[in-house]
Amino acid sequence: MIRTVFSRSLPRLSRPPACHYSAGAIPEPCSQPEVHYDKLFINNQWEDAASGKTFPTINPATGEVICQVAEADVADVDKAVKAARDAFRWGSPWRRMDASHRGLLINRLADAIERDSAYLAELETLDNGKPYAISYTVDLPTVVKCFRYYAGWADKWEGKTIPIDGDYFCYTRHEPIGVCGQIIPWNFPLLMQAWKIAPALATGNTVVMKVAEQTPLTALYVASLIKEVGFPEGVVNILQGMGPSAGAALARHMDVDKLAFTGSTEVGHLIQQASGSSNLKKVTLELGGKSPNIILSDANMEDAVEQAHFGLFFNQGQCCCAGSRTFVQADIYDEFVERSVERARRRVVGNPFDLKTEQGPQVDQEQFNKILGYISSGKREGAKLMCGGGVAADRGYFIQPTVFGDVQDNMTIAREEIFGPVMQIMKFKTLEEVVTRANDTKYGLAAAVFTKDIDKASYVSNGLRAGTVWVNCYDVFASQAPFGGYKSSGNGRELGEYGLDNYTEVKTVITKVPQKNS
Amino acid sequence: IGKVFPAYNPATGEQICEVQEADKADVDKAVQSARVAFSLGSVWRRMDASERGRLLSKLADLVERDSVYLATIESLNSGKPFLPTLFLDLQGTIKTLRYFAGYADKIHGTSIPMDGDYLTFTRYEPIGVCGQIIPWNFPLMMTAWKLGPAIACGNTVVLKPAEETPLTCLYMAALVKEAGFPPGVINILPGFGPTAGAAIASHMGIDKVAFTGSTEVGKLIQEAAGKSNLKRVTLELGGKSPNIIFADADLDLAVEQAHQGVFFNAGQCCTAGSRIFVEEPIYDEFVRRSVERAKRRIVGNPFDPTTEQGPQVSREQQNRVLGFIQSGISEGAKMECGGKALGLKGFFIEPTVFSNVKDDMRIAREEIFGPVQLIMTFKTIEEVIERANNTDYGLVAAVFTNNINKAMTITTAMQAGTVWINCFNALSTQCPFGGYKMSGNGRELGESGLKEYSEVKTITMKMVTKNS
Repeated sequence: MIRTVFSRSLPRLSRPPACHYSAGAIPEPCSQPEVHYDKLFINNQWEDAASGKTFPTINPATGEVICQVAEADVADVDKAVKAARDAFRWGSPWRRMDASHRGLLINRLADAIERDSAYLAELETLDNGKPYAISYTVDLPTVVKCFRYYAGWADKWEGKTIPIDGDYFCYTRHEPIGVCGQIIPWNFPLLMQAWKIAPALATGNTVVMKVAEQTPLTALYVASLIKEVGFPEGVVNILQGMGPSAGAALARHMDVDKLAFTGSTEVGHLIQQASGSSNLKKVTLELGGKSPNIILSDANMEDAVEQAHFGLFFNQGQCCCAGSRTFVQADIYDEFVERSVERARRRVVGNPFDLKTEQGPQVDQEQFNKILGYISSGKREGAKLMCGGGVAADRGYFIQPTVFGDVQDNMTIAREEIFGPVMQIMKFKTLEEVVTRANDTKYGLAAAVFTKDIDKASYVSNGLRAGTVWVNCYDVFASQAPFGGYKSSGNGRELGEYGLDNYTEVKTVITKVPQKNS
Repeated sequence: IGKVFPAYNPATGEQICEVQEADKADVDKAVQSARVAFSLGSVWRRMDASERGRLLSKLADLVERDSVYLATIESLNSGKPFLPTLFLDLQGTIKTLRYFAGYADKIHGTSIPMDGDYLTFTRYEPIGVCGQIIPWNFPLMMTAWKLGPAIACGNTVVLKPAEETPLTCLYMAALVKEAGFPPGVINILPGFGPTAGAAIASHMGIDKVAFTGSTEVGKLIQEAAGKSNLKRVTLELGGKSPNIIFADADLDLAVEQAHQGVFFNAGQCCTAGSRIFVEEPIYDEFVRRSVERAKRRIVGNPFDPTTEQGPQVSREQQNRVLGFIQSGISEGAKMECGGKALGLKGFFIEPTVFSNVKDDMRIAREEIFGPVQLIMTFKTIEEVIERANNTDYGLVAAVFTNNINKAMTITTAMQAGTVWINCFNALSTQCPFGGYKMSGNGRELGESGLKEYSEVKTITMKMVTKNS
């Protein structure tokens, strides 16, 4: 069935981006927020690096240095791990604390972050480049909710009593694992910090976190709040440094009990290997994706176009779950492409502190170059460049919203994670075909399907090998819902009750009794 | 219409103030309001579960903000000593609200691998309009125990505090409004059992009733539910709880815990350890120390910081307890100390200890709910288990021993909802609490508390083809 392009009534509703914020509610930001903390945070104290080294953190909107921060290396990792181990010792204040009190401290942290959210949003935007309107209305509230969610779990994570055979009384305890190394990326600095430390603290662990070298500033400010609200020293330690030095030191450390990593699949492989060659520390990984977004011909066209746009371009395309393979059913393909191109052309790229901006710069020069490289490969391999394709400003790392049509599954841009504002639209005929093609990837992080049909929705969502499947929506996250990858997109789930498993050791206790009765 | 009733200060017997008296018409109005607040599409039904949790959290913050004032009014109206009220009752209230605030968005249904080509999952939905009737012994805490889980699960509530102690509950209502709960979600009606309480229990528009109080009234509630609309019923009733002390127990610990276990809150606890079974070899010493401790118990003005025991809550309760004491004397138990009313004003009773109590005496079988300690002796573990369980009640039990095997045996054998080992009245919001047998049905607190406030809906959808 051929759907005429003009079958929709005009004018089209001008819909705000799916984050649904009201521009009137956002305070005018200060574009040069002061940096208060630039050292390493160990044992509730601010320390220079043992080597005295520092490194610069850059404002990606201008390419200019914001400030220097201390650079952690092996010696600092050792120091932090010792502090975390001491905070975890049998009989320590942290180990003796009521679980409900751990929850209370996490709630206080949430309150403090909420109190300072305007400032934190400014700092996040300065260091990462994401539009302030989004830092303030999306990142910060989501961070606060994540802490509050896990605060509530602290005293509810129960073991069981179990009717085993024989004259025994058997129960399980949910104990913390111990010292947890956590390595987080630069795409959602505050949110990734919250996703990691909230469940770890709720379950009673201690933490050594290495933040991304591109975006250390907001994590350090949160460290000051951790101290302010009263966490005992050594419970949370924050180190900024490079992956191959500080990150690797944490991954192979013989006294770290668990490592949680969010980042590229490439580095995920290294982390897993490091665990195997050191002390077999438990590893959970949240890695990359090449997530399929499947649009069936009965989908609400306007909705699907907007959501597909949002699903790819949100956060400058720098989302592990970006819907970077948009499969559109043949009979609506042309109209979908045309509308997507028009929407991409309308995307407002600019100064992140301007409240009208939808898209800021990529996070750094390396990402910027990588994405432009992918765009070239798309052109070279014969995909049809529909709009964008180039640099969007003469300073900073801005890239034009780019759309490729007629993308074939074997093209590089269809197989590899670009992590930038580059949309691939491909065509499909049948459901069986698209599920097979959607699953034909080493990744398996997320997926989506747009349709009104109840049977098609359940068929597709059950068939996709992905940790999260969205139906008639995209990028819907909630602290309550588990998130994680199939296959090379990672292992383990974060968020929800499931997220607690990653930070728990189960101890079974079996006591002999004189006579068991049911 | 316009009727009022007095609220008293039991330390003096004087009236504090008058309070509006709810009757059937007011219950109807409150139920209507709660029903509207619960309608599909309402603000309350559309609210994120996490936001329900935020509101409960805010209420906890407000209670904390006003905790000195609340403790003062609680003490004035109930006679509970002020300092324990501030440190135990208020903290317990705040922690309970915070605990359930944290649960609101963690009430999970499941997706289920059923046979056939179906997609099946369960939703845990709120039941609807919940009637809640609470007693006078822990007015604020009982309010929190009831509101916490009901609200976390998304229900709306019509709550009747005890007629003896309406004041703190009414102040909580003001905090409920200040916290920002939508109108009609929580409705509070002071009034009497036979009128307002009965109206709630038999109301055709109430989906569930939760009652804490005497076993006698618990039976009436269950009957009323059966006669009306089969509303779901949970009951937290009385107890005659055994406290078993073995010869190898830490004697100092056991004496003090047994003392607090029965005398706490002037003996007005459903959990009172009101039958103390002491193993023969240490019986005499245990009695001697318990009497000495009871004589040392400071009874007085609740606002005096040294006071351990305030008055009974009302003249009626005082007379009832004195009546039991008389029956103990006349049935031949040995009264070691106490036994009389204290002072000219208020409803005070001396801490009273009976020894040589026989299991068939009235004081050993019926719930006294006053500062009267009963000490009996036993020889063997099998004997004490049988005697401890020989009651229609089954709320709590305790055992004091150093021997792990005795502890395990007793805990398995007790027909009681909570069993304490080497402690007493160790309650916390994370732990399910409730009765076996005629001490009630259902559990409050802990994750178990949520079950009583949810309806499980199973949703089964035909699928084209199922795959694992």
